[in-house]
Amino acid sequence: MMSLFKKREFNLFVFILFIIFGVSLRNPNFLDINNFVDILNDTAILSIVAIGQLMVIVTGGIDLSVGSSVALTGMSVALLNQYYPGIPIFMIILISIAIGLLLGSINGLLVSLGKIPPIITTLGTMSIYRGLVFVLCKGTWVSAHEMTEVFRGFPRRSFLGISSLIFISILIVILFLIFLNLTKTGREIYGVGGNKIASQYVGINLKKIQYIVFTLCGGITGLAGFLWVARYAAAQSETAIGFELQTIAACVIGGVSIIGGSGTIIGVILGAFFMGIVYNALTMINVSPFWQMAIQGFIILFAIIINTVMDKRNQQLMLRRRSFNE
Amino acid sequence: MNNCILEMKGIKKYFYGVKALDGVDFKIRTGEVHALIGENGAGKSTLVKILAGVYQPTAGTIIFHDKPVQFPSPLFSQQAGISVIHQEATMFLELSVTENIFMGHHIINKSNGLLSWEEMKDKTQSLLDKLELDIRPDTKVRNLSVAQRHMVEIAKALSLNARIVIMDEPTSALTIKEVEYLYKIIRKLKSEGKAIIFISHKFEEISEIADYFTVLRDGKYIGEGKIADVSIDKIIQMVIGRSLKHMYPKLEAEQGDIILKVENLTKIGIFKNISFELHKGEILGFFGLVGAGRSEVMQTIFGIEPMTSGGVFINGKKVKITNPEDAMNYGLAYIPEDRQLQGAILEMNIKENITLPIIDRISRHIFLDRVREFEITDEYGKYIEIKASGWDQLVENLSGGNQQKVVLAKWIVTKPRILIMDEPTKGIDVATKATVHNFISELAKQGIAIILISSELTEILGMSNNIVVMHEGVVTAKFTREEANSEKIIKAAIGSISK
Repeated sequence: MMSLFKKREFNLFVFILFIIFGVSLRNPNFLDINNFVDILNDTAILSIVAIGQLMVIVTGGIDLSVGSSVALTGMSVALLNQYYPGIPIFMIILISIAIGLLLGSINGLLVSLGKIPPIITTLGTMSIYRGLVFVLCKGTWVSAHEMTEVFRGFPRRSFLGISSLIFISILIVILFLIFLNLTKTGREIYGVGGNKIASQYVGINLKKIQYIVFTLCGGITGLAGFLWVARYAAAQSETAIGFELQTIAACVIGGVSIIGGSGTIIGVILGAFFMGIVYNALTMINVSPFWQMAIQGFIILFAIIINTVMDKRNQQLMLRRRSFNE
Repeated sequence: MNNCILEMKGIKKYFYGVKALDGVDFKIRTGEVHALIGENGAGKSTLVKILAGVYQPTAGTIIFHDKPVQFPSPLFSQQAGISVIHQEATMFLELSVTENIFMGHHIINKSNGLLSWEEMKDKTQSLLDKLELDIRPDTKVRNLSVAQRHMVEIAKALSLNARIVIMDEPTSALTIKEVEYLYKIIRKLKSEGKAIIFISHKFEEISEIADYFTVLRDGKYIGEGKIADVSIDKIIQMVIGRSLKHMYPKLEAEQGDIILKVENLTKIGIFKNISFELHKGEILGFFGLVGAGRSEVMQTIFGIEPMTSGGVFINGKKVKITNPEDAMNYGLAYIPEDRQLQGAILEMNIKENITLPIIDRISRHIFLDRVREFEITDEYGKYIEIKASGWDQLVENLSGGNQQKVVLAKWIVTKPRILIMDEPTKGIDVATKATVHNFISELAKQGIAIILISSELTEILGMSNNIVVMHEGVVTAKFTREEANSEKIIKAAIGSISK
């Protein structure tokens, strides 16, 4: 149990249960299984992009361009679908991943070879990618009736009893759980973020790792771009504005260290789920929409503070035990 | 010499025209502990970094197993069998012991291409057993003590089948007990035919553990030889290029009234019932193992950490100090151990660093008085002999010893009446050490009461009027200068008197 839910993740898990319990007292419908399926569907895209963000943050970087990348890939495949409705859906998916990989690798090249700090690089590409969305769509939308039925129906299509949206997310989670925990490159990502000098001494190629994380993050983001426009059956120039901040929030709530070196996928998933629950709960208990955003921010901050305090206390306990064992 | 495993000939390394190494020769045989000796800036670290593949030499050859070799990156040197245990900061604090050992050469399961955690954990466990280390492979390195971290680094070297292990000042953060344990491990490695390059500033250590030595000075090769053949004095002379008369200046300071009295100071779980008195002009030495609670006691007195119970009296009056500002108002100054993290601000220049604590006094209205700033820096900087190109030089560009002097000067300008120094000479070279010791004696003579925390026995014995020894959060013994000797102090420090 403890190895799966490391202490910090466990705290968050308890906190989530606590919120579920509290909200269900006010509105029993919250506990309805369908409501949870809704929450899962709502947080699926956030979860997978947050995994990409996790990898970048663990190396000590940050990717601010994910929101714009979602919009750009989303718009590209939506236009593709509008003008060439004959392209099969699996090709659309592959194309979206390919575009994402390309956008991510541009970030990766700028950071690794260009030696531009990640925050500056992605601040720049955030605007560039968003700007390209305007260039592509010339200010118009791709709306539901311009998309093929297969295209916009894809996320809702049921596969083994669950929506393909959730199915794909689970697949991504498993894939990256294996990548981050059971491959050499995956572990080197943690090494680079934990101590750059030490990584150099053991022969880890920092530039290669930086390139890999940005590119992989881009790939996931590209896939998310397709899922996003298909699910909301609309591709707009404002798609996913501010989404990068949500992915960062999911990471931080999930216990990812913003200076790099630590963070787990389980934590990030719980973080994303937590945000989904809070958003859903505020609607369920009829909080005024005007207040929702502020209260959301407050609860997120509260979760982070609790988490940090608990973490500090654990560490002190550990230190104390050590000083008397010696 | 057939068992000569590594030979470096005529190694030169220039950085932008500066000669860091200027024709250095070095050789080491299997089953030998070889001390690499020199002051800070003598070129030891540069030489080590060349061996580790971090730097490329400008000229010279490296012969490894009778073949000329090149190490274009750390990976090459590692694969050749050279492992460097760096002084600090080369561990992954957030990762487990296992992962620290295997980072860069994880074991991969051949059948599925994935990492084989089971095998790595088993190997780690057997390495830990071999080193008689009582820690678990899953433990995060952040939760280990400095000594344990060193041992993990050694385990890592073993896992790489290193034939040459380079230890860069491995004992600087260790206590006597831990150092002895380290010696035991070094002797074990030696008996297995490994060659060990041992870098240290401490001559006692060198004569205890090393077989051979090589001395560097100002990037040049000065000489080498068998430890058994030469006296320590001779080596010191080689290191500094002249003979050093007064390692520990004699104290002649007159002791005045009690200025600081601490009674039953307790912080639950850290230390308990600490009592001592400090007179004007006295140097009170605090000795103990790392983790004995010495620094914590001082931090509590200085108001950085809260106390659970007890009393602090200054000039006979009970005072309540809840933050460092209170403490400074009472005339206390605390020079912390980690000069880079807590003492000096590396990105600022010497002037700004030294005058930082008295910034109020050198300001006119809202403007800084740059002339005053220079005058004060010049006065104290010359007094304590800071070697710099000018007072505008950034502290990060100074050598370790000079950084330490800046930190000292910074606190002296506040004109403290009670000065607490935590390991003031840790990791600095002999010549700088002597300056710092002189300076401490000088301050005591001026009537300043000084608390000197040190893990170096000769320093404690040489400098202190009185000595307090702590073990696991309690005072185990107090000695006057006349009563004290190394044996008594060590016994008290490992707690054998109280038990």
